Amino acid sequence: MKGNEAIAEAAINAGCLYYFGYPITPQTEISEYMAKRMPKVGGLCLQAESEIAAVNMLLGASASGTRAMTSSSSPGISLKSEGISYLVGSDLPAVVVNVQRGGPGLGGIQPSQADYYQATKAYGHGDMHLIVLAPSTVQEMATLTGEAFDLADIYRTPVIILADGAIGQMMEPVDFSERKPRELPEKTWATCGHRGARKHNIVNSLLMEPEELERSIRDRFERYRKIEENEVMCEKYMTDDADIVVVAFGIAARIAKTAAQIARSRGVKAGVLRPITLWPFPNKEISALADTAKAFLSVELSMGQMVTDVKLACECRRPVDFFGRTGGVIPAPADVAEKLCAMSRELSI
Amino acid sequence: MVGSSKRIIIVAGHFGTGKTNVSVSLALASASRGSVIIDLDTVNPYFRAADSVPELRAAGVRTIIPEYSNTNVDIPTLPPEIASVFFSDETAIFDVGGDDGAAALGVYERDISRVGYEMLYVINMYRLLIADPEDAVAVMREIEGYSRLRFTGIVNNSNLGAETTRETVAASVSYAECVSKLTGLPVVFTSVIGDARAPEGVENVFVMDDHTKKLF
Repeated sequence: MKGNEAIAEAAINAGCLYYFGYPITPQTEISEYMAKRMPKVGGLCLQAESEIAAVNMLLGASASGTRAMTSSSSPGISLKSEGISYLVGSDLPAVVVNVQRGGPGLGGIQPSQADYYQATKAYGHGDMHLIVLAPSTVQEMATLTGEAFDLADIYRTPVIILADGAIGQMMEPVDFSERKPRELPEKTWATCGHRGARKHNIVNSLLMEPEELERSIRDRFERYRKIEENEVMCEKYMTDDADIVVVAFGIAARIAKTAAQIARSRGVKAGVLRPITLWPFPNKEISALADTAKAFLSVELSMGQMVTDVKLACECRRPVDFFGRTGGVIPAPADVAEKLCAMSRELSI
Repeated sequence: MVGSSKRIIIVAGHFGTGKTNVSVSLALASASRGSVIIDLDTVNPYFRAADSVPELRAAGVRTIIPEYSNTNVDIPTLPPEIASVFFSDETAIFDVGGDDGAAALGVYERDISRVGYEMLYVINMYRLLIADPEDAVAVMREIEGYSRLRFTGIVNNSNLGAETTRETVAASVSYAECVSKLTGLPVVFTSVIGDARAPEGVENVFVMDDHTKKLF
């Protein structure tokens, strides 16, 4: 199935009952699929009047304790950022999907990874983080969507699926039984009606007293610490003996793996570290690789954003280079391999 | 099928069933008699016949592709030269966008009906929204409504991409027969990518090459 459909079906499998969307290429199949499937499972797919309306509908649905999702592509996600910050401030679980396209502005409709900074650093105002998951296959579009709903419920936080137009449109087989659901906390905070049986719950992000607001943020950061401790995911590919480690996520990681094979056939020992969680970032894993590898190369569909985090993760102990194409252009594996060979020559590796 | 008597062959169906690969393969197979392919996908800018232009032109197939396809301003335009196919001797293959994308086809309903056509409904049992034969028929009727044209046959293109085996295809035969029975339309051919996947004992197997754009 298509990557976008895999997200939609996985959300339904995860018990998502509300989907609020607004069409934008290259993610519209999520809306189309939801429109067809949701009524059959007793859920609701609603095309909102705007992206902003959709994200606020998500907030309302989530406050009622129901699993809910919205999706868009880059420009639409910018519109949602206020709502995302309100979701964080209200400690609400939700899944937000960004199938990235070229930017800035309306940009273009071809694949891109140029929303890395936005997703990992600035999806909303205020002291906050979001869990950001980066699928690299259509199978992962499904598995990570299921995982996103569980993580959101466990940590009471919005979770971002940061995909791109290529994986969204690509078709690959998917096995929906691959993921085991996690144990979930009860949603005692939900505003779901109780007929006077308990004190009423209030979902709100406005706290009048500075000390109270500080306390709520500190509590949230305590959860962030647990997320950083327990939820980092990454994949290592031929890194054990690698001299140059390519760091790449999503579609770029697929390209990087082929490039590493080509480089090896030319005598350059290359491997790939693929962050699956972009926040929390696999800092420890990259730092450990800096002990054995001689250099890093960040490959992205952007002008270079994650490369900053790679430098931080290895504390600049090794040279970190960058290769990328942007604006909707997809780098060819041969070009990445050529870059690896050039690095090998320059650094005499 | 490839020897169809009709000059216009329309390839339509649910999105992601493999219509473009079937269209490109049909155009290449009839290149020696003179063929033209019309990329009528106004719905989706990714993975389209426009990706195969160099290969098609090298084989002598005329290509009619929206002017801005595969750019960042990919917009649903219908090139005026589409009208030329109604006045030529070439075999014209229309690669239609999925589902409601067939609305673009409706524009040419009168000309297509006048010249005479075959309209093939491409099905893939492994596509979730048409995995039930009755759902496949429902989508088919929707497309007929959008295009104002009636299907004349079914193409069984059931596949699981790179993981497709001979068994994958063989397992879809009864599904295709069921859609055929429900609609009264014949299964015109079963299409597979590569000889190795051709199921045994199935009539009219059309062996294709893989024309899907590879990213990595």
